[in-house]
Formats: sequence, C-alpha cells, structure tokens
Amino acid sequence: MSGVELWSIADITRRIAAGEVTAAKILTDTIARITERDGELGAYLATDFEGAQTAAALVDAMRSANLPLGPLAGVPIALKDMIVTKGVVTTAGSKILDGWSPPYNATVVERLRAAGAVIVGKVNCDEFGMGSSTENSAYKKTRNPWDATRVPGGSSGGSSAAVAAGLCTASLGTDTGGSIRQPAAFCGVVGLKPTYGRVSRWGIVAFASSLDQVGPIARSVADAALVLQAISGHDPLDSTSLAQPVPQFSESIAAGVTGLKVGLPKEYFAGEIDPEIRAALDNTVAALKEKGAEIIEVSLPHTELALPAYYIVAPAEASSNLARYDGIRYGTRADASDLLDLYCKTRGAGFGPEVKRRIMLGTYALRSGYYDAYYKKAQQIRALIKRDFDAAFETVDVLLTPTTPAPAFAFESKATPLDMYLGDIFTLACNLAGLPGMSVPCGLTKNRLPIGAQLLGKPLDEATLIRTGAVIESALAIGAPP
Amino acid sequence: MTELAQLLKDFEPVIGLEVHVQLATKSKAFSASGIEFGASPNSLTDPTVLGLPGSLPVFNKAALELALKLGVATGSQIRAKSRFARKHYFYPDQPKNYQITQFDEPLCENGHLDLIVGGAVKRVKLQRIHLEEDAGKNTHVGAFSHVDLNRAGVPLCEVVSAPELTSSEEAAEFMRALHRLVRWLEISEADMEKGHLRCDANVSVRLRGEDRLGTRTELKNINSFRFVQNAIDHEIARQLRLIDSGGRVERETRLWDADLGQSAPMRSKEEANDYRYFPDPDLPVMVVEGALMGNILRSLPELPVARFERYQKIHNVTADDARTLISDRALAEYFDAALEAHPKDGSGRTIANWMLTELLGALNKAGITIAQSPMPPQRLISLVKLVEEGTISGKIGKEIFEESYRTGEDPAAIVERRGVQQISDEAMLWAVVEKVVSASPKQTTDYQGGKDSLFGYFVGQVMKETQGRANPVMTTDLLRKRLGR
Repeated sequence: MSGVELWSIADITRRIAAGEVTAAKILTDTIARITERDGELGAYLATDFEGAQTAAALVDAMRSANLPLGPLAGVPIALKDMIVTKGVVTTAGSKILDGWSPPYNATVVERLRAAGAVIVGKVNCDEFGMGSSTENSAYKKTRNPWDATRVPGGSSGGSSAAVAAGLCTASLGTDTGGSIRQPAAFCGVVGLKPTYGRVSRWGIVAFASSLDQVGPIARSVADAALVLQAISGHDPLDSTSLAQPVPQFSESIAAGVTGLKVGLPKEYFAGEIDPEIRAALDNTVAALKEKGAEIIEVSLPHTELALPAYYIVAPAEASSNLARYDGIRYGTRADASDLLDLYCKTRGAGFGPEVKRRIMLGTYALRSGYYDAYYKKAQQIRALIKRDFDAAFETVDVLLTPTTPAPAFAFESKATPLDMYLGDIFTLACNLAGLPGMSVPCGLTKNRLPIGAQLLGKPLDEATLIRTGAVIESALAIGAPP
Repeated sequence: MTELAQLLKDFEPVIGLEVHVQLATKSKAFSASGIEFGASPNSLTDPTVLGLPGSLPVFNKAALELALKLGVATGSQIRAKSRFARKHYFYPDQPKNYQITQFDEPLCENGHLDLIVGGAVKRVKLQRIHLEEDAGKNTHVGAFSHVDLNRAGVPLCEVVSAPELTSSEEAAEFMRALHRLVRWLEISEADMEKGHLRCDANVSVRLRGEDRLGTRTELKNINSFRFVQNAIDHEIARQLRLIDSGGRVERETRLWDADLGQSAPMRSKEEANDYRYFPDPDLPVMVVEGALMGNILRSLPELPVARFERYQKIHNVTADDARTLISDRALAEYFDAALEAHPKDGSGRTIANWMLTELLGALNKAGITIAQSPMPPQRLISLVKLVEEGTISGKIGKEIFEESYRTGEDPAAIVERRGVQQISDEAMLWAVVEKVVSASPKQTTDYQGGKDSLFGYFVGQVMKETQGRANPVMTTDLLRKRLGR
C-alpha cells in the first residue's frame, strides 16, 4: 500500500490547505479502495458516498473561497454502526433494526461534520456491541486485515479493520468493556476510549449506559488525538456528559515521557498471557524506560472482580436499554396474532443468541428481590475497583498493561461464551471505573499478528495516554498490514 | 343477604389513593417537546419521547420546582439528593418499555394533606410524592390500535396517601383538596376533563377495631371526583357482599368503567409485573440546591386550609362561606384584599356575604371569573361601609351594588346623586310615622285590638312615604312607640 489511503490526518489537511490535492480526489481514492477491497474485508455495512461527495465538495469550495477549514477537513471517516446517522441506515449490527433510517444525527456526527470530516459509511460490529470478534453481527463477517482467517476483534471490528486496511483514514468505535481497544490491538491500530462523560452519548445506540463511551480508532496516536479533539466536550443533550474543559490533545504528542511515572499493575501480568505478548510488553517497558520514564510496579487488588461485576452491570443495563426494540415504532416487526405474540416473535426473530443471552442474564439480575444481591453488589465492586485505581494514581501517572492476553484468534475458535468473555479481562476495569484507556500497537507476533499495549489514565487525563502512546508508537512501529 | 348498611356497622373501609398530577411545565420531563392538549397525534414528539435508539433523557428542572412546591406545601421531608429509576413493563404507549420514575429514593416523603370533612379539618398522611413521566395513549379502532405519544414524557407528580381514608366521601374530598392545592400553587392546570389529575385507589375492608389491614384491591382509572366516589362505593359494596357470602377478597387490580358504573378484574397478583426497578444510569442524582429550596419556601403563599381556619376564627366567617372563599385562590385573595381595605373586627362575615351573593351572582351571570371582576375589592368595601354605617339600607345597597358593578361609579357617589341616603333622623321619621298612623284610623284600631299582622302594613306605608329610605330599625321602634304595642 502506498498513497492517499495511508496518509495521516495532518498529511490530508495540510495538502488540501496547500491546494496539492482536493477533498474530492481523496474521497474518490477512498471509494475506489472500498470498492476494490471491502468485498473481501467485510468492514462496511452501509456506505454514503453521495453524502460524502457533498461533504468533500463543501471542503473544496471553502478552500477555493479561502474560508477557514476545519481540523478534519476532507478526512474520510467511518462510523461504527452503533452511531446514529440521519438518513443513513443504522442497525447496530442487529436484524431488529434492519433498514432503520434515523431522523437525527448523533452529537459526534454533528461535531465531525462541523470539523469538516467526510463520513463515508457505517461499519460492522457485534450486535449492539455485544461481542469481541464481530462474529455476532447479524449481517456479515469482517476479516482481520493482517490475516483473513482471523477475527478483527470486536465489537468495533469493522472500525478497526477499515482503518488498518486503509478503507478510511480514521473511524469511531464504541467501547463498553474494551470494544475499541481490543479490536484496535487485533488490527494493529490505535484505539482510544475516552473518560466516561468526555464524549456525548447522544445518538449512540445504548448497550450499557453507565459504561458506554465513543472514541477514535486511527493509524497513529496523532490522528486519534485529532479525532478525539473534534468529538470531545460537554453536550447538553447527554446528562452524563462532563462540563469540563478539553485540552489541546495534539500538544501532548511530542511531550515525551521524561520523568513520567508508568505503573505496571502486577495483577495484569500474573495470569495466563501469550509469551509473545509478554515479550512485546517487556519491549514496551524498555522503550519507555529508555525515553526517560520511571517504571513502578503497582497493585490493583480487586482486578479479578472486574469480570463478574461487568457481567452483572452490562447485561442488566442492556436488558433495560434493549426493551424498546419491540417492532412497534421502528425496525422490523414480526407477523403476530396479538400484542404478546408480537413482542415475542419480533424479539425472538430480531435478536441474535448473544444478545438474548445477555438480556436473560440482565433480566435475572434485576428481578424483584435480587437487585441488592446482584446489581447493587456489582456497583459496590465498581467503587472498590475505582478506589484501586485512585490509589495507584497517587504514585503513578499512567498504567501500562497488555490490551489482550492473546492476539487475534481464528473465526469460530471460541468454544463457549465464557472463553470469549475471558479475552476481555484486561479491558473491563477501565469502563467500570470510567477511566480513559488506549491501545497502541507495540509489536508483532512471529505470525505477524499485531500486539497492543494498553495505557490507562486518570479521569480526564487522555493527554497523558496520548503522550505515552506517541513514544511507544515511535519506538515500536509495526507498519501496515500486508 | 345482609343489608349493606348493617355490614358497614361491623366493617370499616380503608382507602389509600395514588393521584397522578400533571405538572404545568412548558416542555416534557426529559426532552424539549412541547405539551398541549388536543394537538394532532404524535406531533409533540422527538427522539427521546419516541424512545429512538441513541436518544437520552435530560431532566427538566422546571418540573423539580413544581414538585418541590407541592412537597413544601404538604409539609413533606425533601430529599436533598434523589434518584430516577426505571420501571419496566411492555406496553405500546410506553416507547422505551420502561418508565422513568422514582423508586426507593423519592423526592418527598412523610407529608400530609389537609381535607375539609363536614366543616372540620382532617389531616391525611402522605407516604410520598415523586416525579415521573407519563405514558402515551392507545386507542383501539376496529382491528387496529393507534398509539399517540403526545402525552408520553409529560411530567407528573405521583402523590401517594397513607391508607387513612375511611369512606368514599373522604376519598373524593382528598381529590378535591389536592385539586385545590395544586391549582392554588399553580403546579398544575388541574383540568379534570383533560386528565390532569388521575386517581388509582387501594380499597380494603376490615372488622371495626381490627388493626391489620384487609386484602386490598387496586382500582385504576378513576378520573373525576364523582367516579372516585362511585367506584370506591361500588368496590366497598362488592368486597362486603363477597365477605358476607363467605368469599374472600383477592389481591388484584380492577379497572373502573365509568360508563357501565362497574369495575372488572384487570390482573391478579400472580400476573403482576416484576418491574425490575434500578437507578436510571442515563440520569445523574437529582440534587435540590439550598438556594432553590429558599426560593420555594419564600414564595409559598398562605395555603387554602390555613385560610379556611383563619376566616372562621379571626374573621367570623361561617364554615360554608369560608369553604367557598378558599375554593379558588383568586376568590380568597379578593376577600383578603377586601379585609385589608376594611380591617374592622367582625366585618368578615358581612364582606363574605356581599362577595358570595351579590358579586359572585353578578360574575356568574356575566360568565366571568373573580379575576376579571369589574368591581375591585376597595369599591365593594365602600359599599359595605355605607350599609354598615347606616347611610343606606341593605336593600338600597343591593341596587347601588348593581349600578356600581355595571357603571364602575363609586357607590358613595351614586348614593349622593340618587339621594337614597337612609333617613335616620328621629324627628323626620316621627313626622312620617305620625302622618301614616293618622291616615289609617281603621288599621290603627284593628292593630291595637290585637291584629298583629297589620304591623307590616304600617312599615310598608312608612317606606312608601320615604321611597324606601327610612331606617328600618328606627321605623319599627317609632311605630311601636306610636301605636302603643
């Protein structure tokens, strides 16, 4: 690969501003590449080339008129299908929303458009974000650009695969328990889950409201920082969005790590980890040390409770959030004889097995008389996990862990749902504590599969993740997939 | 079968009410859509009201202010931090298939509502008042069901009484008291026709003297004062007859059909929903700021039942009149303004009389409200004073009222212009009496011979001579003196 499809955001915006290339040309090349490659890759669920052409033409017109261009002017961006787009079918990877054309835009969509981004389409994901391989999409299989026999990770598998394969410059994913970071690690790209409340959830199809967060997936830390900049900030339409100032993230790119205290939580290195991943993390530690960081071992004693707590909180909230899919107002509706039959048949046919499993789990956890034993207890565990992080951040500035215990796996290789769930052990706690987290490529296995290093930061301290991630990236670049 | 009246000697009804009050906000509880009765179906909706994927609720603070007013006016404990919860059940009028409400952390608890029962004040405990969103409306037309979501998301206060009401009359009185209070505080338009107040009743019976409550049924959909009374009477009778015939009351929800005048089972306890309440993760804890509480407390007006008691105790108004005066805040404010213009002890009863008979009569005839009265309280008082001081008689007063109401002219000026001042000059009246008696020798003889009924004839003659201006009390005295009995 070489050419437009691997340009950075800075390349694109600088060249458009300089008149070296038009937004229309960049879009044409991107469309050509999607047309050529996506049949095999399977990242896109829907494209909006017409809308994209309009957006690109607007950028070019503004450039001709010498009007100021937005920070993402002319940048082709793909959106996970959990993000609501006006007039562009949004399914969240589910049959129950088949053909749903929303009447409104998510706040992140409005903000990307305001920044001049060119939204090319909607990309595949596990149904309602529930899964770690994108195999739970009701529509199609998305392949890992590094190895077509393997999954791209999930649930933001389409977002990661499209970015890694150059079918867009950057994308947005959503992350409820690792759904940005894990596929970013599997596909060898950068994925950043912001602090809970940093980015508006208005127009994000809800999976688990207290955990969901939107974030960028990009080919470099610098690109991720630019996209994050565009989508961050308080939104009056989301009561959980934070009214906090947003720093200039790009300023952290070149800040270096001299004197930075990087914590290694011992619990994250104690269990079963693929030896190649362990070795890649050792390299990462060495690189950071060499660049002047101080490495400190820390403890997060309640780490092992993250998985059980997550699998109470997330399904409980999901069972509630997904109650609205009943075939009455939108989406697909089954033929039925009466109201109960309508509900049963619509939901029976519309939801896939993993979604049904989680609705059942969540319904069980919330039933009358069991709230204290399950949901409330899980919330108490969240508070303990949060406290662990608070304590660790008293001594360190950022935490470093593997993103996943193993690299991308082959399709249909996980025998049970629990096997699948266990792959997320390193990413869940970040959501439970509402912290920012980022996965940065830090090496390749012998089979040339990407390995991700996860950075976890203090609340609202995405800047330190960007600063640290940029150093890892420059020391351990893995390049593009074949 | 035992007579109902006999059964009621042995059994006592116990009633608790849950009343939904529609709050008078401009926009919905959790989104910006407007609120308007009778708008075209589904025109007052937005992504949040429709429960579209990705939509989120943002709480409308105006609803909090209204709920706080009600909380403070009912002496409730206000929770500084309260929470919204989701209550789940599937129904097409509820777009998310859960309702945003409050569960274990309601805004208000342990308040009370004062009712006026038979002229006395009865204080009924309120278990809680909480905020929630309304559902939409389903209508069934032939084989189709239509869903209108204009009402979905409208803010409500649910007011829950303790089971302390002992008759359908008290239950209806509870509704009236709440209706009066929410209108008084401008919390709700409280238009019953538009469903602004909707009531569910929990009804049970128990042997008199028994402490434990009997098995209750819940009556849904009783939305007028009359239905409340009818539905509860009907349910008490149903339960008593059931027990009398050896049966047992089952815990169930029954739906009142106002057209048929009867209730039918809606769902049994076994069929009851498990609502799976949990705190709504989309909404942060609702904090009541001290400054807001301060504003609410400062702006709270004197409440209707407090005025009811003051009017009787301090201003000597009858219980019936006091009750009428507090039926509407504007009426009470008019009365208080009148009292202020005429702070004489004991005049309250007279002022109330003039207000409730003459003024209200005229307003009703014109089809306007007290707020639109062409006669301000100060002018009514100037009339009351003319009568009180004896310048004019009560009868003339009514004429003067009519003219002043119609023309806006000051009553004293009318009296002056028309020369209708009462004649209270003793010498002048004596001369008239003398003239009348002299001119009626036969009647004088008959009266003095014992025909008492003729006294009215003499009064009439004096009034005729004076064009009704003779002071009636003095006239009576002088006539008796002249006639000798």
